[in-house]
Amino acid sequence: MTIAEERSDLSHDEGGHEHDHGGPRGIYLWLTSTDHKVIGKSYMYTSLIFMLIAGAMAMIIRAQLTGPNNHLVSQQTYNELFTIHGSMMLYLFAGPFAFGGFANYILPLQIGAPDMAFPRLNALSYWLFVTGGITMLSGFFTSGGAAAFGWVSYAPLSSYSNSPGAGPDLWIVAIALTGFSGIFTAVNLITTAFYLRAPGLTMFRLPIFTWNMIVTGMLILIAFPILTAAMIMLYADRHFGAHFFTVSGGGSPVMWQNLFWFFGHPEVYILALPYFGIVSEVIPVFSRKPIFGYKGLVFATLAIAGLSTGVWAHHMFTTGTVLLPFFSALSLLIAVPTGVKVFTWIATMWGGDIEFKTPMLFVIGFLFTFVMGGVTGVMLAAPPIDFAVHDTYFVVAHFHQVLAGTAVFGGFAGFFYWYPKLTGRMYRESLGKLQFLMAFVGFSLTFFPQYLIGLRGMPRRVPVYLVSDHVTFLNQLSTVGAFLTGASFVVWLINMWISWKKPVAAGDNPWDGHTLEWATSSPPPHHNFVSLPPIRSARPLWDANHPEHADYKSHGLEVRDHEVKK
Amino acid sequence: MSIFNFVKERHRGRKGLALAALAIVLSSCSSTFGGYKGATTQGQSEASLYQGFMITGIVVAGITFLGLFYVLVRFRRRKGTNRIPAQRHSNLPVEVIYTVIPVLIVIGLFVFTVRSENKITQVSSNPNVSVDITAFQWGWRFTYSNGVSIVSQGANYPQLVLPANETTKVTLVSQDVVHGFYIPAFNFSRYALPGVTNYFDFTPTNTGTYVGRCSALCGLYHGEMLFSVRVVTPTQFQSWLTQQKAA
Repeated sequence: MTIAEERSDLSHDEGGHEHDHGGPRGIYLWLTSTDHKVIGKSYMYTSLIFMLIAGAMAMIIRAQLTGPNNHLVSQQTYNELFTIHGSMMLYLFAGPFAFGGFANYILPLQIGAPDMAFPRLNALSYWLFVTGGITMLSGFFTSGGAAAFGWVSYAPLSSYSNSPGAGPDLWIVAIALTGFSGIFTAVNLITTAFYLRAPGLTMFRLPIFTWNMIVTGMLILIAFPILTAAMIMLYADRHFGAHFFTVSGGGSPVMWQNLFWFFGHPEVYILALPYFGIVSEVIPVFSRKPIFGYKGLVFATLAIAGLSTGVWAHHMFTTGTVLLPFFSALSLLIAVPTGVKVFTWIATMWGGDIEFKTPMLFVIGFLFTFVMGGVTGVMLAAPPIDFAVHDTYFVVAHFHQVLAGTAVFGGFAGFFYWYPKLTGRMYRESLGKLQFLMAFVGFSLTFFPQYLIGLRGMPRRVPVYLVSDHVTFLNQLSTVGAFLTGASFVVWLINMWISWKKPVAAGDNPWDGHTLEWATSSPPPHHNFVSLPPIRSARPLWDANHPEHADYKSHGLEVRDHEVKK
Repeated sequence: MSIFNFVKERHRGRKGLALAALAIVLSSCSSTFGGYKGATTQGQSEASLYQGFMITGIVVAGITFLGLFYVLVRFRRRKGTNRIPAQRHSNLPVEVIYTVIPVLIVIGLFVFTVRSENKITQVSSNPNVSVDITAFQWGWRFTYSNGVSIVSQGANYPQLVLPANETTKVTLVSQDVVHGFYIPAFNFSRYALPGVTNYFDFTPTNTGTYVGRCSALCGLYHGEMLFSVRVVTPTQFQSWLTQQKAA
């Protein structure tokens, strides 16, 4: 049972050419392909470009805040910048990078499928996403500028009289387009995972990454239609004289907050769960152990998804219109399954043989920032503490540590982990480690001071502050950290450039991987697999390569007798 | 054999706890962990809740990080070795423990949260002073029950005057978009919403002047929508109010 060796003669050592069937190449391939691998890569590269653009906006924001009364940008431009920075990072990077990119590329491979269930719908999703992104950015080129009401777009600030012009309309349309893109991808991924699994791959043998994508897909189907509907209502309010959110017409501005956050809080987990899935793949492989407490982890993921639909009003504690104890209790409870996940990851490493390659370093960075952000998240679940720091930099630091920390550290862990599979090439380990070090130090330096800035009462979304607030030095520290983080992405680009110009062949299974994506060539052929190893556990490739340590022999898993005897 | 090898690790656990406890004692000297002590009885209630959460957070994060660092150091791959570790899939008692303990912690935190929150959100039926506060783009209007009204005029930030050790009931509304009435030193903020009237109480304990600001993005000049709060003795407050009425 030496599946990896048998397959090696099919691999393309120079990398880069995954289509040997005489199909289109280059820009024609990008425009016309319905192959999940091409669409997955397109999603990744497009969302990474959006991340770099939104990251550049963050640099301008931080530069503006280096002094109490800076005039680097005007107030209007500042409001536009943080609105589009947040919107792009959430709608166009963190979500699409993992759920459009990684899930698209990896999920069919992990379940031994030739493609997604609906390849053309998949292409439609991608093009809706690209169109949405361009639509949002084009707001900057309108006479009134881009949307400037924050990524949450609170009514009635987002009404036509308060925010006139085409920029806000473009923003609304952009969110609706990316919303549809997400819904279609969710339908596609769930169908694929339910119907295209290879023989033997039962639900409780699915890789955790695939499980997390299924749960994320379900959350998207719960949350995104609400967002899209809210956007249509907002558009109708602005242009057709509807009065969903205007007091004078009998509507309710608080209704917007309820609708938005009913989407918005599940959205936090829609963004985070895919990265938790990546982390749950990287840790076992680099510890040479199976994931600890597989079913517990799956149930924790489901519990997070369930609870996340009942906590939206913790964003509204200070409105005085919500039942505080109920939403506080459910929000605090989310700490339990999240804690279970962290302990599961640590227990997976326990007793392992941990190898500190770049993906594993990014995972450790993720664990650190995520626990920090989680602890402060528990604080914010208490309404009295939220009253004290709501809408301050304390909250900004909290959600950047949980969200940006997850998307950047979890995302780059996944990127470096699967980069050999995606391209057939290796990245440079030393540059990867340098990038991690700069990103980790920079990120911590950016956001730890922001907790203190928030505790001293500096609100978010302000371009100026008072000298008497005593936050100038802390803001300068934060800016230095932000620029260090920004520089880490330059190191990443250099790494990619070197890897492209001087390719080093990666081989099919460079990490001694556990799951099926490593059982095919790097990059995989057009329909992914020529043959599959027998699937008798959650780690079919590990079983094939390490028959003496195979999972189906151990006691912890259900194994059907006839499968072992085969 | 248990996966966590408890007998061996217990000592390290104790050391970790001792270290975390030390960290708490050291940082408790400054006691508020970067937050305000609270210049009102309500704000002080928040401050002690925050302190409790912070201590819990330091202990939980401390234990988690100690565990993480221990694992990373103890189980790192040594140069030139190539071993396959024992392939353990689960350990039910361990899983139950790391699920039940967080549940207990969360229940404890919730009890303290509700107690504090009831104190902070309680509105007195017979307050000593009542103020109507209206937020608008981009300023504030403070109207006292005797008709005295203080309002923003451009960059002239308005001042809210409150008596110390007496309870002031605030009635908060917005004239246009969503604003946030925020006094950092009071550890309190509340949204001013169009179409919704909010009520809350302040019982300031110290005299002094504090900064107030808008916390919810409300448009172009959100960052400059400031006000100040001056807490004076009740007699000073009464004479100020009469003086304003006469003016």
